Amino acid sequence: MGTLLKDFWYIFRNNIRDYGMYIALAGIFIFFTLMTGGLFVSSRNIFNLIQQTGFIAVGSVGMTLIIVIRHIDLSVGSIAGVVGAMAAVLIVSYGVPAAVALPSVLIFGALAGLLTGYLVAKVGIPAFVASLGGMFVYRGLIFNFLQSTGTLGINDPIIEAIGRGTIPSLATVFGMQLSSLIIGILAIGWLIYSELSNRQKKIAYNFEVLPKNLMIVKLVFMSIIIAVITYVLGSYRGISWVLVIVGIVLFAYHFMTTKTILGRHIFAVGGNPEASELSGISVEKITYFVFSSMGFLSALSGIMYLARLQSATFTAGEGLELQVIAGAFVGGTSAAGGIGKVTGSVIGALVMASLINGMQMLSLGSNIQNIISGVVLVLAVIFDVKTRNMKKTEKKS
Amino acid sequence: MPPYPYGGNHMSTSTLLKMNHITKTFPGVKALDDVSFSVEAGSIHFIVGENGAGKSTLMKVLSGIHAYGSYEGDIEFDGEVRAFHRIDDSEKAGLVIINQELALIPEMTVYENIFLAHEVSTNGVIDWNETIHRSSEELKRVQLNINPGLKVKDLNVGQQQLVEIAKALSKKVKLLILDEPTAALNENDSERLLNLLVELKAQGITCIMISHKLKETIIADRVTVMRDGKTISTLEKDDIDEARIIKDMVGRSINDIYPKRPPYEAGDVVLEVKGLTAFNHRTDKTVAKNVGFQLHRGEVLGLAGLMGAGRSEIALSIFGNPKKYSMELEMTMMGEHVQFKHPSEAIKKGLFYVSEDRKAEGLVLKKDVKENVTLSNLHKISNRFVIDKNAEIRSAKEYVDHMNVKTPSLEQLVYYLSGGNQQKVAISKALFVGPKILILDEPTRGIDVGAKYEIYTLINQLIEEGMSIIMISSELPELLAMSDRLLVVAEGEIKKELHKDEFSPETVMTYATS
Repeated sequence: MGTLLKDFWYIFRNNIRDYGMYIALAGIFIFFTLMTGGLFVSSRNIFNLIQQTGFIAVGSVGMTLIIVIRHIDLSVGSIAGVVGAMAAVLIVSYGVPAAVALPSVLIFGALAGLLTGYLVAKVGIPAFVASLGGMFVYRGLIFNFLQSTGTLGINDPIIEAIGRGTIPSLATVFGMQLSSLIIGILAIGWLIYSELSNRQKKIAYNFEVLPKNLMIVKLVFMSIIIAVITYVLGSYRGISWVLVIVGIVLFAYHFMTTKTILGRHIFAVGGNPEASELSGISVEKITYFVFSSMGFLSALSGIMYLARLQSATFTAGEGLELQVIAGAFVGGTSAAGGIGKVTGSVIGALVMASLINGMQMLSLGSNIQNIISGVVLVLAVIFDVKTRNMKKTEKKS
Repeated sequence: MPPYPYGGNHMSTSTLLKMNHITKTFPGVKALDDVSFSVEAGSIHFIVGENGAGKSTLMKVLSGIHAYGSYEGDIEFDGEVRAFHRIDDSEKAGLVIINQELALIPEMTVYENIFLAHEVSTNGVIDWNETIHRSSEELKRVQLNINPGLKVKDLNVGQQQLVEIAKALSKKVKLLILDEPTAALNENDSERLLNLLVELKAQGITCIMISHKLKETIIADRVTVMRDGKTISTLEKDDIDEARIIKDMVGRSINDIYPKRPPYEAGDVVLEVKGLTAFNHRTDKTVAKNVGFQLHRGEVLGLAGLMGAGRSEIALSIFGNPKKYSMELEMTMMGEHVQFKHPSEAIKKGLFYVSEDRKAEGLVLKKDVKENVTLSNLHKISNRFVIDKNAEIRSAKEYVDHMNVKTPSLEQLVYYLSGGNQQKVAISKALFVGPKILILDEPTRGIDVGAKYEIYTLINQLIEEGMSIIMISSELPELLAMSDRLLVVAEGEIKKELHKDEFSPETVMTYATS
């Protein structure tokens, strides 16, 4: 057992940057749970927390890549707003089915992002300015679409489902939603399978793997977490479509960034654009891709926001870009480029949303909420910078 | 070798600097191990050694970059024991260090730079007239005849180097420390700089110089050789001898600096360039004028010339034009007409360019060794577009072993490797795409003797395997030794083609300066 602890400590120390955010999240959860007498981790509140975080988390995923390639996108909130307005007008005023309207506005978002990318990569103006221009233009367009009414209520089953719905329950077993239960069990199965198959492959190559007992500890620990989440969600309304959307986006982007050539090229461009160009990577194409992915995710975020409110408003998405940027930075994305993780950014967004949610439960005023959020944002980045330097000295030795 | 003026015999007997029993430890590494070292006033003292021998660390200890207290031992300067906590402490005492990466601000004028952080002022208000006047004086002392109102970004590297020295002089420097000042300079500018140091010595300024170019020790009064954090030997003027220095540096004797070249027979033409003319909009300069040449299979074609002659520009124009020059070019590769719109197309056809600036353009420093090696050819280790990380580790290891890259692991960030090992990673990356033609731009810049030898050996090996290499270098002896044929470039034009039997430094310099 002594060596197990030692191994654990060694791995923990060397990966403290990766774990720091999870520890912070756990800390926030424990703190608010104690302060609210357990209300914070009630099924109902966790469900709400997910609904509140979803549209920000999706944006943070896209923003991670933008920051990784050393740019910024300030038009996220305005694109989200205009996309919501467009979708509402299409569905309500023109009677277009949501199944057609939503893909159309997602494409609009991607094209809007592509335009920013064009201004940055081809015309060569700073992303800050290009996207700031976009921010004003799209905000203006919202007024065009919504005209004098100001808000446009929407009543559509698909929008309703995205905003408030959950996946079908199938049946209730021991007071839990069957579908959530099945997904939870599948997730644990997949976790164990992928860990073991990965291990087999590494052993086949004669590479270093985690000590066996440590792997078991890791699997048990993660299985318990999934089981708890499954229990918490399953015993209330189950898994919401918001969670499904965030899950799909996160999985796709995590896969893309860690496993594909495209992902590797994005991070190389962020790490050193000149070297990447000479390595045969088109910095221009990567910039186009990353910005249009941001536009696409902004649009998705806009749809989720529209669905949440069930109406389009002038102010939809205002300030969203800053929440999204905060999520990415809290999640460990480096402003110097080349470093960041989409999983981290989603956790970062969740950290920020949990703070707000918890403080609201404690009935703290907006003033306190904003001050605490600001302090946590800066603390998170300080932690990130400090642990990075620590790693540097360690490696030099 | 042109004769250097020695500026009279100014060897004085007084000691300006004594460093006694200096030991500096980084976590796990003894960078300096009980080093004692002294410098006579009014002398030029060289410190030489391989990368990682401790030269720069010693200078950082001396100038207070490594603060007093972070090392053991003591420093006597100008007759007093000193405790420098910061670099401005040492500057106040009259000790100025000029690093390889120049500390000038490109967007500021020469005079603003010279008096940066010690402005000519009364109560915080700067006297610009006096600043400009004094700057002109200092520029005269370093024999740099330019308008002090120019912006530093408009000067070439050689001129910037001189501005740095002028800046040091304006601080009333007694001991000037230069860390590889000629690494980025061409032969002409290097010579000019060495002459200036001799001139300054005549004015009583003592100088410590770190250099990798041993022939420069001709101006030295003393040479100290360092290896593995220790001083190995200190040679007096009359005993200075390159072979001896090399032996002390590497701890063994290298009979020949260059490995034996296999005899060269011209193979088929693998690359033909015709009518290359390129214009750089950013600098508003024509960088290549009607350039045409052929490259044969199994040949090393050297591109000689001064800094800024257009050698790298010619290479980049061929390599898919990443700097976006406006250009005309007709090019045939392996008998096939080609037109590359981006480096990726050149790489696909088997042409690869290894940049002269491995940190800025060659490597992604924040990424690890394996990711750098595989970056240009991820398809080789991918299943469609998904990277097989295990295959990546395996093939990266193959290249790292073959190139003898010294790294603790494949996961080590390239940032932490020494210059020589970084260069080996940059070349591994090039070889990983399996090129038929390789352009090596300054492949040995700033790396130590041992690593240079390994790179020369590799070049020979690649040639024997049938690869063709275009080599660009500012070190003329290296270029003469390694090339089968030479093109001398000046002002973006090929001034002369030289065959092996016509090689001589004088001929090359004649055409390079024409």
